[in-house]
Amino acid sequence: MDFSPDEDHDLIAEGVRAVCGDFGDGYWSDLDQRHEFPWEFYARLADGGWVGIAVPEEYGGGGRGIAEAAVVLRTIAASGAAMNGCSAVHLTIFGLNPVVVFGNDRLKETFLPRAATGDLHVAFGVTEANAGTDTSQISTRAVRDGDGWRIRGQKIWTSKALESEVVLLLVRTGEADSGLDGLSLFLADLDPDHVDIRPIPKVARNAVASCEVFYDDLPVEGWRLVGEEGQGFRHILHGLNPERILLASEAIGIGEVALERAVTYAKDRNVFGRPIGMNQAISHPLAKARIELHAAWLAAQEAAWRYDHGLSCGEQANSAKYLAAEASFMAADVALQTHGGMGFATEYHVERYWREARIQRTVPVSQEMTLNFVAQKVMGLPRSY
Amino acid sequence: MKVVVCVKQIPDPADPGELDPDSKTLRRDVKLILDESDSYGVEMALQLVDTAGEGEVHLVSMVPNNEVSGLRTALAMGAAGASLISDECLAGSDALGTAKVLAKAIAAQEPDLVLTATESSDGYTGTVPVQIAELLGLPSVTFAKEIEIDGSTAKVKRQTEAGYDDVECPLPAVVSVTAGVVEPRYPSFKGIMAAKNKPVEELTVEALGIDAGEVGWAGSRQDIVEITAAPVREAGEIIEDEGDAHERIVAFLDELKVL
Repeated sequence: MDFSPDEDHDLIAEGVRAVCGDFGDGYWSDLDQRHEFPWEFYARLADGGWVGIAVPEEYGGGGRGIAEAAVVLRTIAASGAAMNGCSAVHLTIFGLNPVVVFGNDRLKETFLPRAATGDLHVAFGVTEANAGTDTSQISTRAVRDGDGWRIRGQKIWTSKALESEVVLLLVRTGEADSGLDGLSLFLADLDPDHVDIRPIPKVARNAVASCEVFYDDLPVEGWRLVGEEGQGFRHILHGLNPERILLASEAIGIGEVALERAVTYAKDRNVFGRPIGMNQAISHPLAKARIELHAAWLAAQEAAWRYDHGLSCGEQANSAKYLAAEASFMAADVALQTHGGMGFATEYHVERYWREARIQRTVPVSQEMTLNFVAQKVMGLPRSY
Repeated sequence: MKVVVCVKQIPDPADPGELDPDSKTLRRDVKLILDESDSYGVEMALQLVDTAGEGEVHLVSMVPNNEVSGLRTALAMGAAGASLISDECLAGSDALGTAKVLAKAIAAQEPDLVLTATESSDGYTGTVPVQIAELLGLPSVTFAKEIEIDGSTAKVKRQTEAGYDDVECPLPAVVSVTAGVVEPRYPSFKGIMAAKNKPVEELTVEALGIDAGEVGWAGSRQDIVEITAAPVREAGEIIEDEGDAHERIVAFLDELKVL
């Protein structure tokens, strides 16, 4: 076991931190309030090659793994960009993993070089109103049309659909009752002639919209099928563990920035003639939050290391995401409490961290379903549903 | 075209600096970073080589230990290589001692142009660039805001209090670059990773043919006699508006004789 600092990871964090330093809390708060996508931030990260860090080198990317992508996203979140910053780049950083692993040559050659430069914006269309946790109920359908397909149906909570050119879309190609075996994965164009996108008003991360997306006989050429017909769910699964690791890293970054703000405030804010951080009722929750964030980061790194070394990592990725979501939200909540009434004021930004830290307890999978996974798949307990 | 840029690695100004009570100078046994004021020279050099369509940027730096993290930042920006004079005897060097060492290392590179900052962010003497030029017998142009290379001539817009002067000088020359005149690029991911493998030639003072007694504390002609904390800024006066605030502000400004 080797816990010595990883020089590359330190350099990556330093490089990303330098870029993020030009985009302070004011930038994010403003975009969040105006519901505007952080185009300038995205362009700067893309120019530096950070968005393409995990795209294979043969397609012009950085050729690094989930461990490095995790460092990038944690650093972005910890800069104060939080989920607004991470979600802007997350799917281009790793959303195309199923294409890398299962895609045909034409798909890879067409899209991966553009993902490497950050030129390609990607959305992820899996969830439906009646198929959230239970993916087997997906009803959006692709039917054959000559050499290609036509897709009809609707998805919900498709993040970044407004800005994206393509969507990685999980749809049914088998019979209606074919369950998980009848699903296929496409990298489809979000063609406005056949796709209607409506943002959902929501509580947090408002610089990046999440949308209802309606597909009205969207034509998709045959070569845009990712992997094998009917194997879409298995192809998506390959990307789920990395996604949990990356989201865990984002959550940890939010917790860290919230904690940093709270510690500064606890040192500076004087009540009864002394800094409030002198009170253990303030300092102990802050210390606990730091300990929990550290533990979650170790878990995330272990999961990332296992994935990058080709080892199974389902338990580790789910554990990391669970720990990170709890640690992040508790850190943000403690930060809010430390700020007293000022915590609710937008200008202190902890309210924004608090709202965005809450996301991870629900997304991409609820904490309850994460525990179900560990109970059933790891510990062999009987399924209750 | 070969451009040499002098860069200094300094303690991170974002971290509270600590004074060494014995030497009365900043402690340097911490992680050193690229002095921001040097990043403008590096950027200017990269742009000039880019415009020329050929050549390279080479860095020259000196430290009493073998610290390279600041150099790596400049290499990640795009410099091709570096010469690092790393020698314990350099600790305590004054401006002239620094210039002697840098000048020797620069001469070995046979550059077409030498760029420096106008001054370092931790020492602020602002005398090293002209001393280097004198030691090398080269023309010196200071406070450049723009540089254009025209054959064997450098055309420089030299910033002044009133505006700028147009100055021309033959190459090679030593030109100090004013902070803020270009936007230093951020190192990219590939730039950072490539920098790890770029050549950094470590040299000792002896290897440059300089007597150790000429540099560091031994050769320094300056003596730091005393260091005192800067006076604490006094709190300003808060004027509560009771209907006459404007009159009181006018009276205050009048007293300062600024009206």
